Amino acid sequence: MGRILAFIPLAIAAVFGGFFLWGLNPDRDPNNIPSVLISQPAPQFDLAAIEGLETPGLSRADLVDNAGPVIVNVFASWCVPCRAEHGILTQMVEKDGLRLFGINYKDKPEDATKWLAELGNPYERIGSDLSGRAGIEWGLSGVPETFIVGPDGTVLFRYVGPVVGDEAIARFREALEQAGALPRGQNG
Amino acid sequence: MRHVIIALFLLLPVMAFAVEPDEMLQDLVLEERARVISKELRCVVCQNQDIDSSNAGVARDLRILVRERLVAGDSDEEVIAFIHARYGDYVLMRPPFNASTLALWLAPFVLAVVSLLAGWAIILRSRRKGVVADFSEVEEAEIARFIDINTPKDN
Repeated sequence: MGRILAFIPLAIAAVFGGFFLWGLNPDRDPNNIPSVLISQPAPQFDLAAIEGLETPGLSRADLVDNAGPVIVNVFASWCVPCRAEHGILTQMVEKDGLRLFGINYKDKPEDATKWLAELGNPYERIGSDLSGRAGIEWGLSGVPETFIVGPDGTVLFRYVGPVVGDEAIARFREALEQAGALPRGQNG
Repeated sequence: MRHVIIALFLLLPVMAFAVEPDEMLQDLVLEERARVISKELRCVVCQNQDIDSSNAGVARDLRILVRERLVAGDSDEEVIAFIHARYGDYVLMRPPFNASTLALWLAPFVLAVVSLLAGWAIILRSRRKGVVADFSEVEEAEIARFIDINTPKDN
């Protein structure tokens, strides 16, 4: 009995040490909020087009019955990381032939139009979410956020923050592969 | 004059709320309920701050949403359920009791029981042991020698 008791401090130290090790892991992001949307049907929303822009608006109906998975990107002209991410999303549309939908979050129509004119418009449809209410439906915590939605309208993946940098792009492409939007193993 | 200034400064902490006047409801009862609900909901960008005291944009949107639902006739539980459905357990300041929070809720009780049992075992053991132990003959001889050595001798 005494022998066993002598090991208790060691056991406690191991438990705490393990916890600290987990906490100190640089890959762990404490700001990462688990999404309740994953594997759930995309939320109900219906957004009009950006005023003065030809791209049509976006609603839940556009995310159902597609031939393959689609990308839904929440962006705003006032969001600096969105600008960095824009080129990468454009490439996915132009090079990989993916379909990209946009939700323009709390943005002035004229600002959004100017921004898209400057950087190009890879979006097939863009819904203008002036009130941010659709953002809440999507469980949005900030912009940019990017979702992958399956052909039946199920949310498959959520990426919080800009898809910028090798690591983020690799993770996003892997999710696209798993969703079946990209052929497997071409991820260089 | 001085009293007025002091009174104004005393009012400062009362005014330092994130809730802006344009968000507030005319109906004082509903507004009070909205404040209570807002304290139960966590801001999703600032974390560990409730939406009632957060200045973040999303927190403001959620506060307005809470008030809209209340005006629409939702009960307090329905309002919280509405936001819970969109943001998950994370938005609740008080984590709910479910499979993933089982350890969180039960650990204090388990630890209390374990420590009580350990304490009980230790007390029982020390009682059973008694104070005087029997020594073997060899030990007795050694003790006698030790006492003998350390006893100051009178010359």
